[in-house]
Amino acid sequence: MASDLPNKPEGVAEGLADFGYLASEGLATAIFLSLSLKRPLFLEGDPGVGKTEVAKTLAKWLDTELIRLQCYEGLDISQALYEWDYTRQLLHLRAAEASGRAVEVGEKVLEDEMYHERFLVKRPLLQAISHSKETPPVLLIDEIDRADDEFEAFLLEMLSEYSVTIPEIGTFEARIPPVVIVTSNRTRDVHDALKRRCLYHWVEHPGFDREVMIIRSRVPEATENFAKQVAAAVELVRDLGLYKPPGVAESIDWAIALGRLGSRELDESSILGTMGALLKYREDQIRMQDHGIQELLDKALARVG
Amino acid sequence: MSVKTQGKPTEVPELLTVGFVTLLRSLGLTIPIGSVIAFQESLRELGLENRKSVYWAGRTTLITDPENISLYDQAFIGFWEGQTFLEQDLLPLIQTVTLAIDDGLPLDEIADKEEHPEGEVINLRYSTSEVLQQKDFALYSLKELEEAHVLMQAMLSIGGNRSSRRKLPSGKKTQYPDLRRTIKRSLRTNGEPIRQDFLERGKRLRRVVFLLDVSGSMETYARALIRFVQAAVVGRRQVEVFTLGTRLTRITRELSSRDLDRAIDAAANSVQDWSGGTRLGETLRIFNNDWGQRGIARGASIVILSDGWDRGDASVMSEEMGRLQKVSHKIVWVNPLKASPGYEPLAQGMAAALPYVDQFIEGHNLESLTNLAALLSE
Repeated sequence: MASDLPNKPEGVAEGLADFGYLASEGLATAIFLSLSLKRPLFLEGDPGVGKTEVAKTLAKWLDTELIRLQCYEGLDISQALYEWDYTRQLLHLRAAEASGRAVEVGEKVLEDEMYHERFLVKRPLLQAISHSKETPPVLLIDEIDRADDEFEAFLLEMLSEYSVTIPEIGTFEARIPPVVIVTSNRTRDVHDALKRRCLYHWVEHPGFDREVMIIRSRVPEATENFAKQVAAAVELVRDLGLYKPPGVAESIDWAIALGRLGSRELDESSILGTMGALLKYREDQIRMQDHGIQELLDKALARVG
Repeated sequence: MSVKTQGKPTEVPELLTVGFVTLLRSLGLTIPIGSVIAFQESLRELGLENRKSVYWAGRTTLITDPENISLYDQAFIGFWEGQTFLEQDLLPLIQTVTLAIDDGLPLDEIADKEEHPEGEVINLRYSTSEVLQQKDFALYSLKELEEAHVLMQAMLSIGGNRSSRRKLPSGKKTQYPDLRRTIKRSLRTNGEPIRQDFLERGKRLRRVVFLLDVSGSMETYARALIRFVQAAVVGRRQVEVFTLGTRLTRITRELSSRDLDRAIDAAANSVQDWSGGTRLGETLRIFNNDWGQRGIARGASIVILSDGWDRGDASVMSEEMGRLQKVSHKIVWVNPLKASPGYEPLAQGMAAALPYVDQFIEGHNLESLTNLAALLSE
């Protein structure tokens, strides 16, 4: 895959489709540009629209390793970049001390031995930078909005140079930069400087036709008609003014859940039984019931025809 | 990883890219030169034949906020598809709202302009003398500037801390050993870790979210309150500001300029429902859905600056306040009317909201707002 990447965004869309991800034209263009300009891609959008999935599918399509860094508050260098293997360092020291070597060789030599690459534990960012393969890995920095601004600042540096410095050893520089995907649910504003370093794409809920295709490709046992019914119903549910409108991920889960119950057609009782796969807040479930499931069903079926 | 397999990259006239970027900038978007270069490079990869590719090249490289997409769309149509701008299309997006010019109208006329069906209650709302003393809040006098700086100083320390998950070196013995330091130190003692080092959890500022009511009934106060809020945005980190009225507008970014006049101007321009009607409950719902529940309100101190007039359904208000209370640290309601003698929270929205409010305080002058700063630090 390394040498024959497509020269058009359509090629990216086709490549991803082979692995079950149906990208919109805009997303395919953004990925295409990210690959050809070697810039990180920043994906923002509501939860469940398939941001993380982009990175996973990209790795499958490019036939390369996926390195994932899940962000959280307090994420620091020892979790994201590298850490020393303290236990082994300590053992090494104790051994040196017990054999009398410690006194013999002196502090300087001992220190060089201890801060050697063999005691280095590589965390995701360092793994992605120091890879040795011809095809670079896909680095997924997931939910950057959960990390704090200190980490953002650090990332900014790393993403602009594709290199990191470890004080005790030196600088690691990526021979071939990794493919970087950064995602955010927008629970807070990520600093503009970081977004500017990347190409930016706002991931929308898919339109009706694409959602039908997505359901069909992810839930092979779903018939065309059934997928349409599900997509139409989900689209209506999204307009109910819910706390957490269902994303594509929920549509897929729901279609699978309905399938497990043996439903071949949407009906009121199967909707009631599987609502938990679609709506994750009790208030949302109540709202949907108050709205009238039969009415929703009628509208959805009317749309499919 | 070579992507181009055929032909030369497309020549893209710089005049074209720069011209388009200039148009976007004139509409108020900030586009640094690095993004323009990325745009140019993208067009070279994609070519100019396909209009949609050009569209996506620009959106991917020049836009970093979903809020700006519609502006971009309009500019794109105007520039690349040769359609001239319909000025009235763009007008609502760049219109200038003039702030708080005391036009010398007698108070009852001002009150009339606010179109209040509940006219008989209006005299409860504010002390008249004070309103008339307000001149132009959008233009700072030297004295006011000093006041604002004092406020900002007060703001630096507000909001209290919460303990962070990021650990820092500690001088005390804690439950988190600092192996890195311990081992480094033991080198000096021939590998014997004699002294143990520890980490402790750091402190982070707790986020403060201001929800400022800009509806007609709050008009006079909103102008003053926005100064206070601006002081908070500049003086302290971790502050978010939204205006409530008939719609929800996020003005944090506009207020973050250190040039006070410009900050207030920019914020005023972005708020389109200035002095409009009040649908507090429903705008609160939009806040909860789009921002609050997702993360901005989580664990934050919420400050609502409003008189509690709500023309919507009181049950919506109560439901949304309940949701907000569940995710936030505490809710402070600042009501400028509370200082009026004999005030009772009779307004429908206020009464519905009160059970969910942790602190209900007055906020009719600078002093009471300074008290708020102290309250938030608790």
